[in-house]
Amino acid sequence: MADSSLSYRKYVLGFAALVIVVVYVLRLFSLQLLSDDYRARADSNALMRRIQFPARGAITDRTGKLLVYNQPAYDIMVVMHEQDGVDTLGLCRSLGITREWYIKRMDEIRRTKGYSPYTQQVFMNQLSMEEFSNFQEKLFHFRGFYIQKRSIRQYSYPYAAHILGDVGEVSPNDIEADDYYRSGDYIGTQGVERSYERQLRGIKGSEILIRDVHGRIKGRYQDGRFDQKPIPGKNLTLSIDLELQKLGERLMQGKLGSIVAIEPSTGEILCMVTSPTYDPRTMVGRQRGKRHKELARDPMKPLLNRAIMGTYPPGSTFKTSQALTFLEEGIITPQTAFSCSRGFHYGRLTVRCHPHGAPLPLTPAIATSCNSYFCWGLYHMLNNRSHYHSTQEAMTTWKNYMVSMGFGYRLGVDLPSEARGMIPNAEYYDKHYKGSWNALTVIHISIGQAEITLTPLQIANLGATIANRGWFITPHIVKEVQDDTLASVYHKKRYTKVSRTHYETVIEGMARAVTGGTCRAAATSQYIVCGKTGTAQNRGFDHSAFMGFAPRDNPKIAIAVYVENGGYGAHFGVPIGALMMEQYINGHLSEASQHKADAFAARSINYGDYVR
Amino acid sequence: MEQQKSVFQSIDWFTILIYAALLAFGWMSICGACYEYGQPRDLLSLASFDTRTGMQLVWIGSSIVLGAIILLLDDRIFDTFAYFIYGALIILLFITPFLAHDIKGSLSWIKIGPFSFQSAEFAKFATALALAKFMSPYGFRLQGSVKNMAIAIGLMMLPMALIVMQKETGSALVYFSLFLMLYREGMPGFILFAGISAAAYVVIGLRFSEQLILSASTSLGEVLVMLMIVVFVIALIMIYCRPAALTGAGGIDPRNTRRPYSSALITSLGIFLPLMLGILAAGYFLFPLLSEHPLTLFGFTLRPFSLSPLLIALTVILALRLLWIGFASQVYRYAYIALFALASMTVFFSANILVDHLAPHQQKRIQVLLGLQDDPNGVGYNVIQAKIAIGSGGLEGKGFLNGTQTKLKYVPEQETDFIFCTVGEEQGFIGSTAVLVLFLLLMWRLIRVAERQPYTFGRVYGYCVFSIIFFHVLINIGMVLGLMPVIGIPLPFFSYGGSSLWGFTLLLFIFLRIDAGRSRYVRK
Repeated sequence: MADSSLSYRKYVLGFAALVIVVVYVLRLFSLQLLSDDYRARADSNALMRRIQFPARGAITDRTGKLLVYNQPAYDIMVVMHEQDGVDTLGLCRSLGITREWYIKRMDEIRRTKGYSPYTQQVFMNQLSMEEFSNFQEKLFHFRGFYIQKRSIRQYSYPYAAHILGDVGEVSPNDIEADDYYRSGDYIGTQGVERSYERQLRGIKGSEILIRDVHGRIKGRYQDGRFDQKPIPGKNLTLSIDLELQKLGERLMQGKLGSIVAIEPSTGEILCMVTSPTYDPRTMVGRQRGKRHKELARDPMKPLLNRAIMGTYPPGSTFKTSQALTFLEEGIITPQTAFSCSRGFHYGRLTVRCHPHGAPLPLTPAIATSCNSYFCWGLYHMLNNRSHYHSTQEAMTTWKNYMVSMGFGYRLGVDLPSEARGMIPNAEYYDKHYKGSWNALTVIHISIGQAEITLTPLQIANLGATIANRGWFITPHIVKEVQDDTLASVYHKKRYTKVSRTHYETVIEGMARAVTGGTCRAAATSQYIVCGKTGTAQNRGFDHSAFMGFAPRDNPKIAIAVYVENGGYGAHFGVPIGALMMEQYINGHLSEASQHKADAFAARSINYGDYVR
Repeated sequence: MEQQKSVFQSIDWFTILIYAALLAFGWMSICGACYEYGQPRDLLSLASFDTRTGMQLVWIGSSIVLGAIILLLDDRIFDTFAYFIYGALIILLFITPFLAHDIKGSLSWIKIGPFSFQSAEFAKFATALALAKFMSPYGFRLQGSVKNMAIAIGLMMLPMALIVMQKETGSALVYFSLFLMLYREGMPGFILFAGISAAAYVVIGLRFSEQLILSASTSLGEVLVMLMIVVFVIALIMIYCRPAALTGAGGIDPRNTRRPYSSALITSLGIFLPLMLGILAAGYFLFPLLSEHPLTLFGFTLRPFSLSPLLIALTVILALRLLWIGFASQVYRYAYIALFALASMTVFFSANILVDHLAPHQQKRIQVLLGLQDDPNGVGYNVIQAKIAIGSGGLEGKGFLNGTQTKLKYVPEQETDFIFCTVGEEQGFIGSTAVLVLFLLLMWRLIRVAERQPYTFGRVYGYCVFSIIFFHVLINIGMVLGLMPVIGIPLPFFSYGGSSLWGFTLLLFIFLRIDAGRSRYVRK
């Protein structure tokens, strides 16, 4: 029989059960509804995001020759948290590395920025197919080690290294600047690889995989519903002509300097040679770092792209721009003649010139490259008080002409690290000479000396501007981006401050330089070449320069050749320029030209201990 | 014949309904826990016998048959054969370790043909029957009979000891739950209270023993336990020694109760508790200063020191004072309360000493169980992964067979002891709460049905069923939720395995059969 005095105890027990259940429901509430932490931890347990790298865009030349493409390579990844107790010796043996290297590498990984023991870190990169297949067989022994398929750049030809640039691992700065990148990703570091990185890289995809407690992949999360396919990078068509580039690099062997050729009507760069250069094919894979160090230490600076980073005195090639300025400003007419008695003499100042008939008007002055003529021209311009109130004002006007021709500022080529060169202005001289200067002080700028420096690209662009009779399109090296348009600056004409008729006058002078002046070596019966030599004085032996274009009507190519310490312009500049123009216009070299090219390729300049 | 007809009329269908719901929920959870990635999801392949889900269906089906058979038996045979059944199972428990194959250190599994079973799972209903039988004679009283108490406890402790010998400590602990039934049947609540508080001291004391407070001078565990003891003492005085509570208690002059009550309250609540809190507060404010600028007085340098000896001394003095009050006033309840306080301290310190003498791996296990040591890859791993699995379920869960943590084997023992993780992950807060509510309904119903039994036998058995299920739910779900130490016992009707399911089915259906027979005795 129930003892009625005890029956209250059923409530105690029932209440205890109720309390327990209420406490547990509250606990469930806090675990399941108050915190997202557990869901995140569950996902990081079970879900593994595997990045799928897109194929980087391929690069071809203007004729469709494949220059750069991808080849599969394999990165070995490690998840530190999982790799404890791995047979280190076996791993080292199958990867062909030493134990010391292994320990050092593991230590490096732990110290990298953003390191996490739970995510994949690059252990070794860019294994070739053979190295990889050797390792793959044994992969299952090594818990925590994974393989990631990557692609590395392959180069079909040993040319155009500076234009193409290269690809390397992202730096911490890159990661900070753009959160697209993760440690271990690749990024273009030089050349078009860098300037067209966004187009070339494509968009990374990812797949979300499900893994069990032992790290085994069990399938795709939600049948791949959240996977994203990688979008391949866009292919680039460069404006360079590989044959022309190849010839240029051959001709420049053993010399320091640069050749830049531009198609005047489009601003497309047909070749951009810098010498010395290197074979881009040696800069891939795991030897890249070592090779890069060697090149960086070379005193001849083979990593420097002299075509856009080298700034040189343009010498006499600059006289064309002076003639155009003086004509437009009405300082001279084509008929104006100046005297030249083996040079420009004023007081104690002498600018020397070579022997030729004098006095002479503009056209022969260009053809014979008379120093005196252009010194007088600048003298009359800067001292002309009916046009300008002061020397300063005249100087500013002069500077504006130079800038309109693309000097003094970066042209805006689609390659990284372009230099701007130097065009002095009135303020510069005011500061430099503390306000006491006149036309005679700065007279050397009229012949492309003194403070004036241009890049070979700017000299070539001067040629293109004259060929176009007064305008140019910003030079660029990429002709087409697959499924995309070029930036509008690479379509727009930029006019100089000089009118077309004056250009015709200068062109006449340049044509006569070829037919009977300093550029006779460039003459050919097949088309009319217009050219201008340059012999730029500097501390050492003179630089040899040539600027020209051809044919005279409907020009197809404008070119600048700059050979450091090459002596007279006619010595290296003119013949190399002539060969280049022949190659491009005819598509090949005549037999005689072939021999000439071989001879030039074999000629090297002894630079001794110059370090520049 | 008349009774035979009435069995299915008088059976408690409400309990059967809950039982069916729990079985269905349980099977779904087994599916979630055992499902392999890429396996087809249709019912036919889930029911295939070469999978664990299929096997569990076999166990569920056979349990239902077993339940039906029990309902068809005469209810009086349980009363009649109670001791016989108990004896048989004690023998089985005794021989089990000799027959058993060692499975992960446990000697509890007996193999018969292709099947293995755990004898311990069947000892629960047998013990419940024996207790019911022992306590059912007319006029049987627990109160005031040390002999009856001792025999009842002996009936519980015998299977418990044998199960400990099988190295199934978790299953053995279940028998402690039967004290709940004894409480309902008249055991002084004091004993239950003392038992529960002893367990609390040990758990809380160890849990916080390494945590130092007050400028790292004093163990938090000792402070907490001493405060708990004093608070319990005050509560006991207020419950059992109120003048109103004492009126009518044997041999006490009601006029003699007011004075000792007020002096006991003044001593404990008015002096000792404020004194202890004051000491702690002084430590809180002074020790930071002392640790920076130790004070030198008479060549003796004063630095922060442990306050626990002071607190312990105060607790002892309080106990002695109560003892004095008890004897002086002849209200011996004060003396019992004093003894409670002293016993509490003895339990706490002997547990501490015991743990210090355990082997290091056992110490570590205890510490991890109590959350003392973070050990994400060792014993603590289970609890962390269980919390992750449940926590990731959210409100609605990830859906049937869509859980990742359980399916990818992140949770160990997910189909047995940690089965509730699957519920949490796949059914979410809603589903887990539903399961808890189902268990609450079952327990509530068991109390109701037990209370309506016309004879003690049925009521005692009913409370045994209640107590056992209460303990399993308390420990199993509490462990999965990280609120209870990890003690490996199954969740009734959910955990994978035939022994557990059959054991609980027998336990429950015998009660239902006893209940169905009550109509015979209904008094008009």
